[in-house]
Amino acid sequence: MPNTKDLVTYVFLFASLNFEVFLLMTYFENRLKIMQENILVALGVKKYPTVTIIVPCWNEERTVSKTIYSLLSLDYPKSKLKVMIVDDGSTDRTWDNIQKFKNNPQIEMHHKENGGKYTALNFGLSRLKTDLVGCLDADSYVHKDALKNIVVYFQDKETMTVTPSVKLWKPRGPLQLLQKVEYGFGIFTRKMFHYMQAVYITPGPFSIFRREVFEKLGGYEHAHNTEDIEIALRMQKNGYKIAHAHNAMVYTVPPNTLRKLLKQRIRWSHGFIKNAMDYREMFFNKKYGNLGIFILPMASISIISVLSIAGISIFNLGHMLFDQYIRIQTVGWDFHPLAFNFDWFYINTKLLAFVGIVTTIGTVTMLLISKKMSEGKLDIGMDLIYFLVLYMFIAPLWIGKALFNSVFSIKASWR
Amino acid sequence: MQPSKINSKKYLYSFVITVIIFATAIYLSNYFGQKKLTELRNIQDKISIDILSSETQFSLLEQSQCKDVGVGTLSTELANLENKLTYTENERGFNDAEVQTLKHYYSLLEIKDYLLMNKINQKCKKIPLSIIYFYSIDQRCPDCEREGYVLTHLRQTYPDLRVYSFDYDIDLSAVKTLISINKVKNQLPAIIVNDKAYYGFQSVEALEKSVPELQKLKIQKASSTTTIEK
Repeated sequence: MPNTKDLVTYVFLFASLNFEVFLLMTYFENRLKIMQENILVALGVKKYPTVTIIVPCWNEERTVSKTIYSLLSLDYPKSKLKVMIVDDGSTDRTWDNIQKFKNNPQIEMHHKENGGKYTALNFGLSRLKTDLVGCLDADSYVHKDALKNIVVYFQDKETMTVTPSVKLWKPRGPLQLLQKVEYGFGIFTRKMFHYMQAVYITPGPFSIFRREVFEKLGGYEHAHNTEDIEIALRMQKNGYKIAHAHNAMVYTVPPNTLRKLLKQRIRWSHGFIKNAMDYREMFFNKKYGNLGIFILPMASISIISVLSIAGISIFNLGHMLFDQYIRIQTVGWDFHPLAFNFDWFYINTKLLAFVGIVTTIGTVTMLLISKKMSEGKLDIGMDLIYFLVLYMFIAPLWIGKALFNSVFSIKASWR
Repeated sequence: MQPSKINSKKYLYSFVITVIIFATAIYLSNYFGQKKLTELRNIQDKISIDILSSETQFSLLEQSQCKDVGVGTLSTELANLENKLTYTENERGFNDAEVQTLKHYYSLLEIKDYLLMNKINQKCKKIPLSIIYFYSIDQRCPDCEREGYVLTHLRQTYPDLRVYSFDYDIDLSAVKTLISINKVKNQLPAIIVNDKAYYGFQSVEALEKSVPELQKLKIQKASSTTTIEK
């Protein structure tokens, strides 16, 4: 009989494996559709809708100009594209820096008292005159084809929002390369959620909405500092269709230190947990389709499963190291290289080993498909190795802290 | 605006595929588990035959010269068996019925080997040193793990040393008799060398000091190495 520790691991491994199988089945079911979408995007649209991009900024003097230049270089008819900069009470030189754009007919700029990102967005939404609206954080840049590719998806009258593929801006070093794989993986899962009609995040950078979404459902809310999760859940709750454009690229600057990364991720995970609690009636509710009965419950289970599996693995690793420490302390270094003989007998053939191998193969397959989708090529680089080796040790840190904060109602800060 | 439809068939298929993967993993795990047990049984049978063969050889040559009596490689084989048995015990759990049976068999083989060695020793005075070690896998012996490391280290340092280890709590009358003959107290870890009992943790240095024969083994080893070098 397996012990409790093993049993918990089996249950979570079964759930993760089932999720992997489901995602891979969705991929193989829709592989051709991905190619068809690429063709549609290449054909483009006949009539370009009017679009406003709101750039909320708070003390972004270093990056704001670059963000605006990237918007102005978008391959999109100039008469149809407006950039609305909302300075949310910056105390640095942000406002002075953007003055150079004041004579540009495409640009509109406003200054308001500081009130948080969602208030800056709502400020912009209240002055909206175009068919579509999106937002771009002042630390993100767009690929010149991004908007052109996104509007293709609005040809489907039912699509209310289109999310882009978020990639990292020039990732360097193990910490950023690890995030590169994670973002690539995000592109894959979001595309699969698109086919299941279960996208539950409309990422801050460059998700484009029809104006009527805000007219009918109201503006952004504080939503535990993750307004991009809340608005997506609100839309899903009201049966609004969210699409994902895997071929529209947006770049964001990744945190370069572990501390910054943890802070960002604690905010995200905490936001997901709190918003999921606010929208708990969607869980296991058939009315909300795949999102209600599968994706939301799985996303929540994954929080507990990551923590348990990581906890158990770290405990086992600690136990093994402690045993080795005791051995070395007792008899010293008595490594006998010649005494080592390979014997198949000592290969781990427990159930956990086999299931672990299959789950890892599934994960690597999905990571490779993600890489192909987001980078257009299939290769195994250091990024994948950093991800496989380090992610399981780093992710539990922010998930654990976010869960702790949620349980004890500690607010996550933005910066 | 309609919410997305739920494709029940897809959920069923993904569940069935996951169950199949799990079932295959369970099958493979059991298959290899059984193969390992078979290997253990084979090693035990081989050792059993070896002991029987040595006993027979000893009886045949009782009137003959000591130099013809071989002690073979039994010591290394017993050590190999013990390592594998310990590994299996950790993998399958201490309460596994198969593991228990194998452990009983192993303890009997150890006693038989020990008796044979004693007989040869009495007649020929050429059999190397034996250590009998009693341990327990329960909480009352926190030092047993460390003592195990010490004895493994000694066995690796002195390949001619024979270490017979017994679970003090094993439900086997032969082991119980061995305990009562040697008057081993329930204070573990316990080590018997040359009819003398040592209780509590004994470090490598402490054992080397209290058992001078170990030093002799070291000298023999050193001189044989020197001879080879010459």
